[in-house]
Amino acid sequence: MCLAVPSRIVELDGMKAVVDVRGARREVSLLILPEEVSLGDYVIVHAGFAINTVNRDDALEALRFFDKVLQSGGEGVFL
Amino acid sequence: MKDTLSAIHSLMHTINRPVRLMEVCGTHTVAIFRHGIRGLLPDGITLLSGPGCPVCVTSAGDIDAVIALAEKPDVIVTTFGDMMRVPGKTRSLSGARADGADIRIVYSPLDALKLAAENPSRMVVFFGTGFETTSPSVAATVGEAVRNGVENFLVYSVHKLVPPAMAALLSSGEVQVDGFILPGHVSAIIGSAPYEFLARDFGKASVITGFEAHDILEGIRMILAQIASGKPAVKIGYTRVVRPEGNPKAVAVLNEYFEPEEAWWRGIGPIPGSGLKLRAKYEKFDASARLGLAPVRFEEPSACRCGDVLRGMKIPGECPLFGKSCTPEHPVGPCMVSSEGSCAAYFKYSV
Repeated sequence: MCLAVPSRIVELDGMKAVVDVRGARREVSLLILPEEVSLGDYVIVHAGFAINTVNRDDALEALRFFDKVLQSGGEGVFL
Repeated sequence: MKDTLSAIHSLMHTINRPVRLMEVCGTHTVAIFRHGIRGLLPDGITLLSGPGCPVCVTSAGDIDAVIALAEKPDVIVTTFGDMMRVPGKTRSLSGARADGADIRIVYSPLDALKLAAENPSRMVVFFGTGFETTSPSVAATVGEAVRNGVENFLVYSVHKLVPPAMAALLSSGEVQVDGFILPGHVSAIIGSAPYEFLARDFGKASVITGFEAHDILEGIRMILAQIASGKPAVKIGYTRVVRPEGNPKAVAVLNEYFEPEEAWWRGIGPIPGSGLKLRAKYEKFDASARLGLAPVRFEEPSACRCGDVLRGMKIPGECPLFGKSCTPEHPVGPCMVSSEGSCAAYFKYSV
């Protein structure tokens, strides 16, 4: 439930953004993000909301963990 | 990682007694299995699961209440997917959907709001589950409903708060642990200050920890260092994502729309101030208030030990049903339903 996915911002439109995670694109809300973000920044996404920013190296590392979760057939963890 | 492990061994030598640590968060329970952490640790360290699986602690009475809502012809219930299989008294949301109730899975509460805008003649109820990681998003969605004048979007909130539950567990005296592996993404929202009572009032060590193998080992090393030095204090090991102040904007949004109330935890019972309800100002978005529905409270099946598992008093294998009448295919209790439930994790990785 509380695993959050690091995602790269590829489009920005006010309080909405489109993020890319391993090629999958999804709209996310920036309504509860504490700071401004730019294209290419990484954010942690949970239930359709960016909840924090994270630097690039850390995001890439977290994505490696996420890949392992997917490979082992994790279910429900996106929430 | 090798350095961290040798530090853990050396600290255990200094401490020179068994140490019991609780991972509060269900995502940690799964990560600990997935990384094979137990196999790396010295024998003296016991890891216990805590109450941090939102699916598991949602009471059966609340599931029943949401099913009752979904059976009204003018209501659509929306929920996160992992709530679907949780047993209520007689049925799960999944079972109710098979019987014709209009229950839809959403990825984000904003999807539920969109559904409400598209279906103005029906009430769209969002089943608000989850801890502090999730509740600010639901609060922000209520804010969007206000801003866009969507009147048929309602929330049935069973949101729960982590620190009050930990305080209740420790105050009960039933939970014997030396330290806590604290949740990573709950803490990304609330920061470290809400956990300061752990050291101040209870003398417990604690570290906010990430989900990689090296994060978890480093978190354990930091907890052991606190125990060895006799100086417990909440520390952040997951600095990549968690700042001491958390996410102040998310907390402000949460507090604008919700206020604490007593919450009913499955297998544990009522805990004062550990839940969230919409403030009176936003009562028209409160499904219980607007549709006049209250959950019925009842006892769990007597043999199911999920409540003891959630309090770190039993491990899943000590439940008489575990792996026999209760399996992930046919779960009796909620700890076996969620992929992050302790029983499901033990079953998947140990059986």
